[in-house]
Amino acid sequence: MSQNCPHCGRNDAICAQFTEEQKKNGIRIALAGNPNCGKTTAFNFYTGSRQHVGNYPGVTVEKKEGWAQHPEHKVLMVDLPGTYSLTAYSMEEIVTREVLAPADEAARPRAVIDIIDSATLERSLLLAVQIRELGLPVVLACNMMDEARKVGMIIDLERLGKRFGARACATVARSGEGLPEALAVAIEEAQKPCEALTISYGPDLDPVLLEMSALIEERGILTDRYPARWTAVKILEGDSAVRAQVEDRDAEAARIMAAKRAELTAHLSATHDTTPDAVISDYRYGYINSVLKDGVIRKDNTRSRLAISDAIDKVLTHMLLGPVCMLGVLYFMFWATFELGSYPQGWVEDFFTFLGEMLAVAIPEGLLQSLVVDGIIGGVGGVLSFVPLIMIMFVFVSFLEDSGYMARMAYMLDRVMRLFGLHGSSVMPFIIAGGIAGGCAIPGVIATRTMRSEKEKMATMLTLPLMNCGAKIPVFLMLTAAFFAEDQAAIMFCITLSGWAAALIAARILRSTILRGESTPFVMELPPYRLPTLRSVVLHTWERGWMYIKKAGTVILTISVVLWAALTFPTLSDEQAAPYEQRLELIDTQLSAVNMEAESLKQRLEVLEKDSTPEASAERGEGLAKAKELYSRAIELEEEKSAVQNDLASAETRNTVGGRFGLFVEPFFAPLGFDWRTDVALLAGVAAKEAVLSTMGTAYSIGEVDPEEAESLGQRLAADPGWSKTTALALMLFVLIYSPCFVTLVVLKNEAGGWRWLFFSMVFNTGLAYCVAYIGTLVGRVLWG
Amino acid sequence: MSPINLRMLVPGQKANILKINAMGELGRRIRDMGLVPGTQLEVIGKAPLRDPVALRIEGTTIALRNSEADHIMVEVME
Repeated sequence: MSQNCPHCGRNDAICAQFTEEQKKNGIRIALAGNPNCGKTTAFNFYTGSRQHVGNYPGVTVEKKEGWAQHPEHKVLMVDLPGTYSLTAYSMEEIVTREVLAPADEAARPRAVIDIIDSATLERSLLLAVQIRELGLPVVLACNMMDEARKVGMIIDLERLGKRFGARACATVARSGEGLPEALAVAIEEAQKPCEALTISYGPDLDPVLLEMSALIEERGILTDRYPARWTAVKILEGDSAVRAQVEDRDAEAARIMAAKRAELTAHLSATHDTTPDAVISDYRYGYINSVLKDGVIRKDNTRSRLAISDAIDKVLTHMLLGPVCMLGVLYFMFWATFELGSYPQGWVEDFFTFLGEMLAVAIPEGLLQSLVVDGIIGGVGGVLSFVPLIMIMFVFVSFLEDSGYMARMAYMLDRVMRLFGLHGSSVMPFIIAGGIAGGCAIPGVIATRTMRSEKEKMATMLTLPLMNCGAKIPVFLMLTAAFFAEDQAAIMFCITLSGWAAALIAARILRSTILRGESTPFVMELPPYRLPTLRSVVLHTWERGWMYIKKAGTVILTISVVLWAALTFPTLSDEQAAPYEQRLELIDTQLSAVNMEAESLKQRLEVLEKDSTPEASAERGEGLAKAKELYSRAIELEEEKSAVQNDLASAETRNTVGGRFGLFVEPFFAPLGFDWRTDVALLAGVAAKEAVLSTMGTAYSIGEVDPEEAESLGQRLAADPGWSKTTALALMLFVLIYSPCFVTLVVLKNEAGGWRWLFFSMVFNTGLAYCVAYIGTLVGRVLWG
Repeated sequence: MSPINLRMLVPGQKANILKINAMGELGRRIRDMGLVPGTQLEVIGKAPLRDPVALRIEGTTIALRNSEADHIMVEVME
């Protein structure tokens, strides 16, 4: 039987000793804190490799849990997202609230360790106050104490704890100092009864809060989850999430409280020119100031821990040097990623080639072999070969993030990005996706997670696939080599610029139409520069890389099989294949005749060699000439044979579902100058952009095309009367912009939260690509006739 | 000194926050970052394109756009 706690009036289970069941399942302790306070470092210290990373249901906020070591108890540590407050404005804040006061009582954390950046005690306590108002025991882990001591800052922890009504510990998360003690205190506090913190919100709000809490108590609205006063404060703050929850339970009470809030709002506006949420915030800070007054903090005002950081900023955000350094950093990052990444990428490719060859031997020739080797190994291997590049890129991105430079990039570029309805923090995802030729949209989409503003995040996510990603580059290289050989470098550069232009303009279009809305506030912290720890960079990189492998690995397997089937079935019927087979047979007969003749000639020549008579030498001369003739005849026949084989492959492709699709859409793409072969290659490109070249190769019957040596295809196209500079230009523009590849689409669906975004992205990008390519065709006709 | 807009300050100037005029989300974010009446701030720099602006408050650096600074009234300290 559950009873109510004599202290806080809530379910007994929250305030009692641990039950046997809790001990068995682990005691939940939550880790809270502002962004950049060292919370992640602390979490890694507590849980080491015993952590599990996932997503909170329905949102892309990372959910991290792990087992922490404690001599007596099994402790399940829950890492909350970094937040400054507990309002309902960002996903992170809503998630934090859900974890701290879940619908399922058993999932409620028993205590919270609040990691506090000691240098910003005042602001950091704002979160602690709100957690205490929710009625959870809090341990104040005053972190970065080493830095604070260095600049002569002293915090009287005992007095702070006594005033605040929570115990305070000094910690240094990087070295682990004080963290075990903080956990021990949290476990201790979790076993004591606790009372929600009640602070006064002044003469205007307090009476209203009292009335509202009484009403909430009386009707039992959400009292199983939140203290009544907390709900009342949230209603006055105008918190939409809590309002909806209250409405759900008791519509009448919700109406009464809404009326009270409206009345109060009108009163405050008339008398003090302010709003309830501003008053609430003022009183919270007032409470914190009263906690911190007389001697809790003593600091030496002549020394600042930000002195070094400020000196670095003088250079890195300087009006002229700032942008120059930023370009340098970005250029280095890409150079290093591709220089260093090409080796492991080669190894992965070699491994899959080797695996393919092995299996080709093991499995008899036929459909199964083709499915396994061409379909599965080819498809999955192609995607996994990008893993090393992505991992290296993530190392750099994690380093930039953890060091504090990423925030400076957002700061410097916000003004530019805002012109296009984006946000300063959109820059990094764009760059990762191919802002400097050669990125990948998949990690780019994942990188938008760090963005806190919903609309800008969506706009960034939907437009970054327009960047010049690494998989599109071979197509551009082949076409520029074939049609614009004289200014290849300039054209490649223009393509990268076109990617940026297309993405930014598309973002502007989206932000003025379906994602219309005010720009979200920029207000952000520029954290002090710090040298990231190796451990955090490695863990960060691994988490993201693994997520890519998992998503890409599962999806691409299915896609590979489907694509393989679409380009294999239906196979040619015997009659359809007959003319090719007959020609092949004929060539084979001729070849074996030539071979037999050559063999007998060789024997005759061997005999003649031993004979030194003039007749013999004359005959030998004749024989040698004949041999030369036979040799060139054999080469001719071999060439003819491979030409017929390629024709057969082309006919096979044309007959498949994919080929028929190409033929079906041919009239639609005719204005751009594409024929069915290009269309089917573009279709394959939706699975993976790497497939565009190889499919064109098959369709143009020149056999296998190695993307790195695509000259043969280029020569073939340059000689084709159906192809011109204009067609090449249209195709390049189309490939740059059209539908993202399938893995990107799936990641996009997960991150954006819905299938509709997947379809939107396919249709919008392809539509945009069609328009731009058509304009390219018109321009091409004017330029080159 | 009469109250002026935070946008008017130049790097190096110190001021006291008098009032936050922003409503809703922007107001909340500004307050959550510690920008509340009575707080001392110093403008420590501007981005290369003169927007956003970087402020020093209580041991942290906060960046905000000029359009957001418009909502904050300050009193210059000398």
